[in-house]
Amino acid sequence: MDSAQQLCTFFLEGNLFGVPVPQVQEVIRFQQMTHVPLAPNVIQGMINLRGQIVIAIDLRCRLSLPDRTEAPMNVVVRTVEGAVSLLVDEIGDVIEVDPSTFEEPPETVSQGVRGMILGVHKLDGKLLHVLDTEKACQVPPAAEAAAAR
Amino acid sequence: MDEIVKDFLIESGENLDRLDQELVQLETDPRSAPLLASIFRTIHTIKGSCGFLGFTRLEKVAHAGESLLSRLRDGELSLTEESTSGLLAMVDAVRRMLSEIQTTGADGENGYPELLERLKQLTAGQTAGKSQNESEEVRILPADGEVGGSEVQELQSSTTTAAAPDSQPEPPQVPQEPPTHENVPQHRPAPGKLGGLLVERGQISSENLAVALGEQERGDQRRVGEILVALGLCKLEDVLAAQHIIEARGREQGTDTVRVGVNLLDKLMNLVGELVLARNQLLQFSNSNQDPGLHTISQRMNLIASELQEEVMKTRMQPIGNVWNKFPRTVRDLALNCGKEVRLEMEGQDTELDRTILEAVKDPLTHLVRNSIDHGIEIPATRARMGKPASGCLALRAFHEGGQVNIEIADDGAGLNLERIRSKAIERGIISADQASRMPDREIFNLIFLPGFSTAEKVTNVSGRGVGMDVVRTNLEKIGGTVDLHTAAGKGTTVRIKIPLTLAIIPALVVRCLGERFAIPQMSLTELVRLESMKGIENVHGAPVYRLRGQLLPLVYLSHVLGAKATKHGMASDSSANQNSQGANIVVLQAESQAFGVVVDDILDTEEIVVKPLGKQLKGIDVYSGATIMGDGSVALILDIMGLAKRANLLAQTHETTRDDKRAAALPSITDDENTLLLAENGSTGRVAIPLRIVARLEEFPSSVLEYAGTQEVMQYRGQIIPLVRLSQMVPPSMPADNDKNTIEVVVYSEGKRTVGLIVDRIVDIVEEKAQQTETLTPRAGVVGSFVTQQHVTDLLDVSKIVHDAVPGLFETDNIDATNQDVATV
Repeated sequence: MDSAQQLCTFFLEGNLFGVPVPQVQEVIRFQQMTHVPLAPNVIQGMINLRGQIVIAIDLRCRLSLPDRTEAPMNVVVRTVEGAVSLLVDEIGDVIEVDPSTFEEPPETVSQGVRGMILGVHKLDGKLLHVLDTEKACQVPPAAEAAAAR
Repeated sequence: MDEIVKDFLIESGENLDRLDQELVQLETDPRSAPLLASIFRTIHTIKGSCGFLGFTRLEKVAHAGESLLSRLRDGELSLTEESTSGLLAMVDAVRRMLSEIQTTGADGENGYPELLERLKQLTAGQTAGKSQNESEEVRILPADGEVGGSEVQELQSSTTTAAAPDSQPEPPQVPQEPPTHENVPQHRPAPGKLGGLLVERGQISSENLAVALGEQERGDQRRVGEILVALGLCKLEDVLAAQHIIEARGREQGTDTVRVGVNLLDKLMNLVGELVLARNQLLQFSNSNQDPGLHTISQRMNLIASELQEEVMKTRMQPIGNVWNKFPRTVRDLALNCGKEVRLEMEGQDTELDRTILEAVKDPLTHLVRNSIDHGIEIPATRARMGKPASGCLALRAFHEGGQVNIEIADDGAGLNLERIRSKAIERGIISADQASRMPDREIFNLIFLPGFSTAEKVTNVSGRGVGMDVVRTNLEKIGGTVDLHTAAGKGTTVRIKIPLTLAIIPALVVRCLGERFAIPQMSLTELVRLESMKGIENVHGAPVYRLRGQLLPLVYLSHVLGAKATKHGMASDSSANQNSQGANIVVLQAESQAFGVVVDDILDTEEIVVKPLGKQLKGIDVYSGATIMGDGSVALILDIMGLAKRANLLAQTHETTRDDKRAAALPSITDDENTLLLAENGSTGRVAIPLRIVARLEEFPSSVLEYAGTQEVMQYRGQIIPLVRLSQMVPPSMPADNDKNTIEVVVYSEGKRTVGLIVDRIVDIVEEKAQQTETLTPRAGVVGSFVTQQHVTDLLDVSKIVHDAVPGLFETDNIDATNQDVATV
């Protein structure tokens, strides 16, 4: 991160998160979802994104945050495996950040979540978590399916 | 990579495939002039192109082959098996070099000196008697192996031979007017030559051509095109383009086809898929709308979309001949290898299949063909003894039937040896001897599709390792196909494969379960059954079954299979409760040879769905094969029938043994040994165990079936009267069970021709455990001893003794009257 970077931000349980703008395909309102029985918990369902079937991952669940009560927003990100929709609480602004404010996550962050957070930008009055979208979209294989076999 | 090289590779690949075929064909008709000419032309084209592109090693190999061919064509040599093999080896070498070019961009280090030597010997081989040609031969293939592509020399040689002169109308043609060319065939007009054409197209001036020709006359052995390029007088592209034009002219056929990339076709197909979905949505919308104008438009749109879908689908269709084309070669090589004579017959080569399916059946088909030759067809001596013609016949047939493509691979060989398969299966522990004796022949034959099964006495490099047939079946099932086998000892084997035409857009049944919609591919659907009440559903030890025309159909509740997470999203998890009051919808499906019913909440409609792959995150769940977008724009999952069956069998593992004999025997995994025990309750607390081995069936009946024959409790069971024995009377429990149940659970026990029902208070479970630590604490009649399983002290029963004590005389055949004998015989 040599130069200033634009992050698309969103909120999860009051925390500010961001993903680099080039990785974001689009942001859409809550969509009717098709649930996938037997799928891992983090997979909330599938949405029809103009003919493309996209898996929706509940970021709250992924980041071990408590379940949400209100309808989420979809942040559709591009990954090597194709588009994936991340369910977030609320959409924030696009923020330009300077590399100088960046710092890696402290050791005290729990191990599972640490892998998904590249680091934080120290902004005025708040911390902006930078999400590793590839990692966040890697869902451990369906546990039930594996166990049942 | 260079566009030109790419084109060259594609074209040469096709040419080589044709070569394979033509060479094998040539073997059956060695004097066929058109065939020889065509083969010669193909090789020559390859040789010519690599000359231009600088693949000298490749050129050398091709040239050596060409030399042999030219002598064959001129009738100086007659085709032998060795020369065909040599030429095929040359084709293989060229193919290898081409793939090397594909990966590295160069034709590799291997110059194939042995092959060149072999071809040279073949070329020279039979010429000893024809002294007139010897000198020319030496010039064509100099001893040092230097094989420059000089056509001047070749043409000189052909002019001196008695046979027909050079008749190839192929491209990189010789200079315009060298003195040796008086007898150039008339059908090759002047512009047909490379130089002439280049001048005609204005790509070089006639002066430049003259320069090049002058070079050649001065002894430059390269061809005109090469010289032109080397001198910088002409662009390589132009030469190649001109060469293509000449080739096209040579073929003397108009080409109204266009080469289109497969990627583009796939993309088109996807777009049409989208269009179909959009059309579905439009239709749904217009149906809920009163506007007549919209109706008209949407109907028209519907027709156009359907037609477009059909046409685009056609572009992906390829004749199965494309795959079969390589079989003549495979068959020839294999037959030679095994010392057998095999005649290959093909019928229905133009049967068309979707490209992806064609790809998928390629390997299974190859395997089956290899199998037929290696295992099926006998060596000529054996065949003669059997009174069959020495050469075996392998017939491939393809035809459309009922929206599916049927492919048959039939040989007239030895057929499968039933006894050998049976004994092998027993030896491998796949089935027990008992099962084997009960299995119908057809199912025994189908055992060869199980993993690790091979009856070949010795492993050959062709087959016999036992990994083949199961792979064949799995691969075919992956694309929704089925494979079936018919065989007659001594007469041959026929393998019949049924595969769907296409995978991209399939008809499916849409059902509802847990508030979501699911699509079930219609391929595996056999029928739908609607039960008005749940009464029709019975239980075999907890496993729901339905009597479908007398056969027990195991049932799977879709909601239970998918139920693991149902409550998390607050979906209707009480769907099974609903069914209790409203009846049930059973979707009868066929997976492998197993029919089973899936109970769903609602059956909605059939719809053409576009199969879309699932994201990587969902790949691990075998119950789904993909997803699709429904008419209203929502997403629905497509159920994978095989996965569903697997999962259901898994859940209902313990019930396998209670299915009817035929089915049970078809499932090789069933546990059938001493260590499997059936646990039942005797009284309200007592536990007893019965070796599952001696249990014929488990049944549950309403108490009303109980009848009396004298004082003996009996019931009618499968057309006979069986005595019933109450376990609690024979082995009194400490606390009697409540007897207000209106059903009885019966363990059916058979000994010889006699069947007895043992009524237990409750069937608990089936465990796999060795009841070895039995202790005889209190000796009781009918109890072998006690042991602990599932934290309960359990009595191991001696069922034989119990029923003998309970119904004395039943098993003593002398006492049985004649009528009884009749009903007892199953």
